[in-house]
Amino acid sequence: MTAITLRKHRKRAAHADQITAVLMVVPSIVAIFIFVYVFIFRTAGLSLLGVNDLFQMAGPKSWLGLPQAAFVGLKNYLDLLGSDRFRADVVNMLVFTTLFVGASLSLGLLLAVLINARARLEDVWRNIFFFPLALSLVVTGTVWRWVFNSASTGTFGLDWITNPRMAIFTIIIAATWQMSGYVMALYLAGLRGISSELHEAARVDGATEAQIFRRITFPLLQPITVSAAMLLIHIALKIFDLVFVMTGNPGGPGYATDMPALYMFQATFKQDLYSRGAAVATLMLIVAAIVIVPYLVISNRKTVEV
Amino acid sequence: MIGATQILAKQPSKKRILPWGWVVLYALLLTLAAFYLIPVYVALNTSFKSFEEVSKTNAFDLVRAPSGSAYLEAFRGLQKGLLNSLAMAIPATLISSLLGSLNGYVLAKWKFRGADTLFPAILFGMFIPYQAILIPLFQFMSDIKLAGSIWALILVHVVYGIPITSLIFRNFYATVPSSLLEASKLDGASFFGIYRHILFPLSTSSFVVVLIWQFTNIWNDFLFAVTLTSPATQPVTVVLQGLGAGQISHYEIQMAGAIVAALPTLLIYIVLGRYFVQGALAGSVKG
Repeated sequence: MTAITLRKHRKRAAHADQITAVLMVVPSIVAIFIFVYVFIFRTAGLSLLGVNDLFQMAGPKSWLGLPQAAFVGLKNYLDLLGSDRFRADVVNMLVFTTLFVGASLSLGLLLAVLINARARLEDVWRNIFFFPLALSLVVTGTVWRWVFNSASTGTFGLDWITNPRMAIFTIIIAATWQMSGYVMALYLAGLRGISSELHEAARVDGATEAQIFRRITFPLLQPITVSAAMLLIHIALKIFDLVFVMTGNPGGPGYATDMPALYMFQATFKQDLYSRGAAVATLMLIVAAIVIVPYLVISNRKTVEV
Repeated sequence: MIGATQILAKQPSKKRILPWGWVVLYALLLTLAAFYLIPVYVALNTSFKSFEEVSKTNAFDLVRAPSGSAYLEAFRGLQKGLLNSLAMAIPATLISSLLGSLNGYVLAKWKFRGADTLFPAILFGMFIPYQAILIPLFQFMSDIKLAGSIWALILVHVVYGIPITSLIFRNFYATVPSSLLEASKLDGASFFGIYRHILFPLSTSSFVVVLIWQFTNIWNDFLFAVTLTSPATQPVTVVLQGLGAGQISHYEIQMAGAIVAALPTLLIYIVLGRYFVQGALAGSVKG
């Protein structure tokens, strides 16, 4: 074989390989396209229709895959605004997200700083704080429900789980218990990545430990704070299992711990109010997208640069 | 056990932290550890009580007459759910990991036009609240006659696992020098040859990370499980949620059940914790 035909042969093989490569990812792309984008489109479409019973939902579909039902515009969304349950959900979500994200970030940072202060038995501490992440929220919820139920009847007289004004805190505590170790791991990775020379230099210049933390360490950890906050907000927005297990659906007492995801589930799968459920789901997606998309764009730009 | 005095006696000599700094450090660590261990204590403690003892004492009173009967009850109740969870999580974990590895290989080393815009579009799937796809998903599963079967859950976990598994593998394969691939291409290695003989063997630890992360998440899922299954195919999370409930709550069975249901992922964490942490970090820190 001459050198030229060999090169041609290789070129053709490389071309065939490139086609194989594309073919390998096609199934995944198609699956994501359908299961993410088409489904989102259908949910949004359904939220603009008036589908309120199983018969309609299971009936013939239009070419878009939507039930053939009357277009009602934003009626489902306006109904939500008028719903006591949904209004309670929005308030609960705001309270829950703020306190859960705030508590998990500060507790996670505190744990990371403590462990990074060269505590002995580092592995033991780290594992104690981190292991809840390996658990299902159903497990977490089952145990914390019993902790708070028992506390409310026992000698403690801590009635939080049955007290409408305090019940949300039981969910916040359980969620923070589950997630703060994760934040700790993120911060710990960040702290270990900061070169000690920077601290030494500041120390030589006479900076106190508190100043070093505030002026050097904390600003350097800022990207981690942003990632962790994104992650926690995302978890908060879709919180479902934990409340479902701890205080039921609707999240009680009353609607004291109810959340949009629970309302979405009950409206859709228990009351057959499909379009209303779809409207809640669409709102959840919009809020998630507002938070996540800018972050995704920025972090993607960074990866490309690197 | 190491007591507080022992810890203090053995303090490493570090000039910048004053002696009382160590007291504060360990006091804080112990207090926080107590908070994290409350549910562990309560769950273990209650799980060894009998029904009579649970109703007479509170969750914090130490068990007086330990018995394993709650575990027997819990295991009996959860048995089917545990098997369903295994039948769902094992295939879904294996398939989604393999798929993610192939995707990662292509997206890192066989970049085609548009690959860099496609990737964030795939990643987006990992950030959506699944409520936004739940109704059409349920409809779709009914249409293809999979609703209520374990296959529906396998399919769902494979598909929604694509973003995270592809991300982890892509990031790993991107660190493998391209010159290595070019050299073997010149030696006539094909697309699959390079994967099988170079990248796949190199990525053992990535596989461990992805397998563990996927298994844990799939095992722990509740939303898809409660939406897409029938009573016969419910995974352990759904069964646990209803365990020991009824006219009278059997908290000892619930606690034993929670421990049994948590054991598989907890054991994985205990044995392979390092890889589990890597998976957790991979999901949030990119680039």
